[in-house]
Amino acid sequence: MNSSVNDLIGLLAGVCFILSLKGLSHPRTARRGNLLGVLGATIATILVFFRSENEGRNLIWIIGAIAIGVIIGVPAARKVQMTAMPQLVALFNGVGGGAAALVAIVEYIKLGDSASLAEVIATVFTVVVGCVSFSGSIVTFLKLQELMTTAPVIFPGGRFVIAATLTGVLGVSGWVVGALGNTPLLVLALLSVIFGVLFVLPVGGADVPIVISLLNAFTGLTVAASGYVLNATLLIIAGTLVGASGTILTRLMAEAMGRSLFGTLFGAFTAKPQSGTAAAENRPVKSGTPDDVAILLNYARRVVIVPGFGLAVAQAQHTVRELADLLTSKGIDVAYGIHPVAGRMPGHLNVLLAEANVPYEQLSEMDEVNPTFPQTDVALVIGANDVVNPAAKTTPGCPIYGMPILDVAQAGNVIFLKRSMRPGFAGIENELLFDAKTTLLFGDAKASLAKVVSSLKGL
Amino acid sequence: MMEAIAIISIFVLASFVGFEVVSKVSSTLHTPLMSGANAIHGVILVGAIIVADHAETSLELGLSVTAIILATVNMVGGFVVTDRMLEMFKGKARDNSNKSKGEK
Repeated sequence: MNSSVNDLIGLLAGVCFILSLKGLSHPRTARRGNLLGVLGATIATILVFFRSENEGRNLIWIIGAIAIGVIIGVPAARKVQMTAMPQLVALFNGVGGGAAALVAIVEYIKLGDSASLAEVIATVFTVVVGCVSFSGSIVTFLKLQELMTTAPVIFPGGRFVIAATLTGVLGVSGWVVGALGNTPLLVLALLSVIFGVLFVLPVGGADVPIVISLLNAFTGLTVAASGYVLNATLLIIAGTLVGASGTILTRLMAEAMGRSLFGTLFGAFTAKPQSGTAAAENRPVKSGTPDDVAILLNYARRVVIVPGFGLAVAQAQHTVRELADLLTSKGIDVAYGIHPVAGRMPGHLNVLLAEANVPYEQLSEMDEVNPTFPQTDVALVIGANDVVNPAAKTTPGCPIYGMPILDVAQAGNVIFLKRSMRPGFAGIENELLFDAKTTLLFGDAKASLAKVVSSLKGL
Repeated sequence: MMEAIAIISIFVLASFVGFEVVSKVSSTLHTPLMSGANAIHGVILVGAIIVADHAETSLELGLSVTAIILATVNMVGGFVVTDRMLEMFKGKARDNSNKSKGEK
């Protein structure tokens, strides 16, 4: 195919990507937006086989590799539980970053001494950021999957190790640019992978989504840079789009959580190890039976349900709707208070509750629901912890300090449905659990809710 | 020289478009939007195919084939998982539009 014809059709794919992102920003057009993205990606992929510069080598390998990718990717995406979705997105982002780094490495080996300075710099950028995105995403995956601790990992001298690694990355980058050769590039890739791990380790659990979004933007930029090296305009367009929109999205998320982006990324370096959590171990709490909870709910006029990740884990979204319907039928005013980052990602619980057909009018955002807590008789907190933890207001220096919370402490009674006394994802104790007006009901959220529903029916 | 200017222009314009299109989005859609953008950068597949096409040594081929597999997982998996997320908004989006129509 003539290369300008190819480029023009490529532009069409670029337009699809723009419309895709635009569509994805509005609830009504979101699904169409995603399909436009698919269209753009399909056009781009088919088109590359018709480039006039193609040497037609390795076609079997290429097709085979794509087939393997599809065989791995599609079932993973289809079978994953809704609750595990955030870590899958993190993983997909990581492999994308890894792919970009590999592409840059191959092109670098190929170009050898003929590479121009600008090409070498773009390659170095792609390898460094791609590798950081790869290893960083793997760490976020491990954190979200709870295969490792979700609390910030801070070790003595950590700051210096990170600074030294970063210096190493920059130094070796200079070496690659100056000396040209495969060994320095390999060292660079290795150091960048290590830096990615060190970069994400100190990030606290609640901030992980922000980091995923940031790494997503990073990967976008690496794609743009490799587009420059490969002389593929479409990659520059698509990569830049993702880089720019990802940066904005990261900022929006950080704002929704009331954090500065800088504080999220570097706050952990300055934070001291948590104090005051050990003393809380054996303090008395008031735990209740499902009947106690049912009675409290039955005599309430207004109930606000605050769902968290525990609800998602227990797949309790249908049971909670049953409870809400039952309460509504008794003339009780029911609302759901959804924290912007409840669950593991912004909007995670909206997705789950939408799946259970919870009426949209009952879902209230934080700003709407907070002023109503003083008039609320019962706040029913289901598997949430950090998003209602008053420490965010009262304890400067704790990992979630400054994050806006759902002010359930203002309600007449607070009921926590929890699996155990274990602290939330951010790894900090919740004072509210020990408050006099708090009742705890231990157990799996779904089982507990079912018991509450059945005793409520008996009242 | 012209080449460099053209590339910088593309980069700058695409940045602004990227900033503009997502500057107003409700927190409900943050996750699907991130996931969709994530799938879009899977288009690095195009780059992986280009390098595989002119790979000569087995090292180059091995690395580029790995890149193709990773990029395909990123792209295809990303779009599928985004679609699954958005599927759940169907009912909700409809309610939403009815509601806003009712208000107007």
